[in-house]
Amino acid sequence: MALSEAGIGRIRELFSRYPDKRSAMLAALRIAQEEQGYLTEEAMGEIAVLLEQTPVQVYETATFYTMFSLQPLGKHVIQVCRTLSCALVGADGLVRYLEQTLGIKAGETTPDGLFSLKTVECLAACGAGPMMQINDDYYEYLTREKIDRILADLKRDGRSSLATGPFVIPLQMA
Amino acid sequence: MPNYEKILLKNMETPGYTGDLAAYERAGGYQAIRKVLKEYKPEQVIETVKKSGLRGRGGAGFPTGTKWGFIPKDPALTKYLCVNADESEPGTFKDRQLIDRDPHQMLEGTLIAAYAISAKVAYIYIRGEFALGARLLERAIVEARAKGYIGKNVFGSGIEIEIWVHRGAGAYICGEETALLESIEGKRGLPRAKPPFPAINGLYQKPTVVNNVETLSNLPHIIMRGPEWYAAIGTQKSPGMRIFSVSGHVKRPGNYEVPLGISLRELIDEHAGGVRDGHRIKAIIPGGASAAFFTPEHLDVKLDFESIAQAGSMLGSGGVTVMDETTCMVWAAYNLLGFFHHESCGKCTPCREGSAWLYHILERIEHGEGRPEDLAQMERLCGNIAGKTVCAFGDAEVAPILSTLKHFRDEYEAHIREHRCPIGEGVVALAAR
Repeated sequence: MALSEAGIGRIRELFSRYPDKRSAMLAALRIAQEEQGYLTEEAMGEIAVLLEQTPVQVYETATFYTMFSLQPLGKHVIQVCRTLSCALVGADGLVRYLEQTLGIKAGETTPDGLFSLKTVECLAACGAGPMMQINDDYYEYLTREKIDRILADLKRDGRSSLATGPFVIPLQMA
Repeated sequence: MPNYEKILLKNMETPGYTGDLAAYERAGGYQAIRKVLKEYKPEQVIETVKKSGLRGRGGAGFPTGTKWGFIPKDPALTKYLCVNADESEPGTFKDRQLIDRDPHQMLEGTLIAAYAISAKVAYIYIRGEFALGARLLERAIVEARAKGYIGKNVFGSGIEIEIWVHRGAGAYICGEETALLESIEGKRGLPRAKPPFPAINGLYQKPTVVNNVETLSNLPHIIMRGPEWYAAIGTQKSPGMRIFSVSGHVKRPGNYEVPLGISLRELIDEHAGGVRDGHRIKAIIPGGASAAFFTPEHLDVKLDFESIAQAGSMLGSGGVTVMDETTCMVWAAYNLLGFFHHESCGKCTPCREGSAWLYHILERIEHGEGRPEDLAQMERLCGNIAGKTVCAFGDAEVAPILSTLKHFRDEYEAHIREHRCPIGEGVVALAAR
């Protein structure tokens, strides 16, 4: 089995929220990816059985949404917003700095499996750019110094206190 | 700077406001839903919202009460409310703040809307990347459910309203309301052909309303202070306050809540601090990436649905992106077509193929490899996309090109003539600290 008992339980728990089991699709794929780091054919097959769908209905959904990966990724997946508002304030420079610092190109994973780097479209942080998302966390108003600290934190502790909390902008409003 | 009474951002701008249930109730929260359950029939809620003039804050600006009024009254039919929290329109970041900082305000609005259309279940479709927002909403729902505000017997009224958070997984198109419904059904987010409209044939083929986070957040205030009060704010046809997200080359990027109908100049200069020092404005996108570019000569256009449309763009999502003279307009259009090319869902051929062609033509122009016939070619392509697709994405993807061609055609011509970007492919360096 690709999915754990606990994972299957979490998926089954969702069924009562919807009149159709298929509605648990995105959540089921997310749970599978959380457990295995990416979506394996085996896991997608198990989801098809659980949700009473054909394997291709699972596969076509998994490949449509950008947050799902069918290939293994690094422990920390860095996603840099490249869309206009961030690009106006340094998204390209951010990508270049991360490429230099990590020694990889966008779309690649470091040999130690710690970091994957990619560019993504607008993450709704336009006023707080340049920014990136690493796994679940947003990091905003980025500078070289801040990035160095974030990467060091992640290497050392697996997490960083520089992640954005509940969002408010401009900051002095809070 | 003109100081307007805040409505939606008021709680969160109060020092020490935590956004939890106790804080929300101390600020007067959950009184509107109590009032509605005690004093209003569902039709009266719809009438009240119609009278307020509230229009959808997601982008299209459709009158909210009218939308609700399309829902069949047949009690035998299951109805659904879906909350559009898929905020993905480039330049827009207001719903994220409403979700993170005042989730109960939005939940109370959700309860009011669900009651108005007699929906027993509401799904909040939140974009997958908002992991923190989803957690905060889940926590707020748990708090409200524990007090009996959400669930089988809302405030002891005997009415059932359940609210579930449904996370997306990365797809701009799921902000389109029928694609959103497909996504909740566990499918690829492909927009449906309309009609039938969701009010008749929506989620699971049942009557459904889809409302934006900001739209719903207005409802408790309209109930408590009355539709006449609300209708008196803003302009006659675009009443109320609006949160504008301002980004780009301004001194104070941020979310600013102002009455509809103030000028673009006031928003940029007085609220967002104006363009950065030593620079001047070159272009403005007034309503998210799907809206046509404006130039400085549009700065006195009023920010309401009618005025912006009359001036050739749209109020859209309220995302205002400001660009100064260091910005190459071909590069800006190329950047945005990168977005549209990536996000086209692939359902309609004109959009799927057209966005790729437009992207590649812009790419070669920006990189100095443009051909003299490229501009006419792009215009022809745009004409074969706009209005020829199932959803509004087709119209959106041509807006940056047609508007920059209109206002900055000489810049395109210079790229082609000089075989380079005259402004230079400005990779903005990252600040050291």
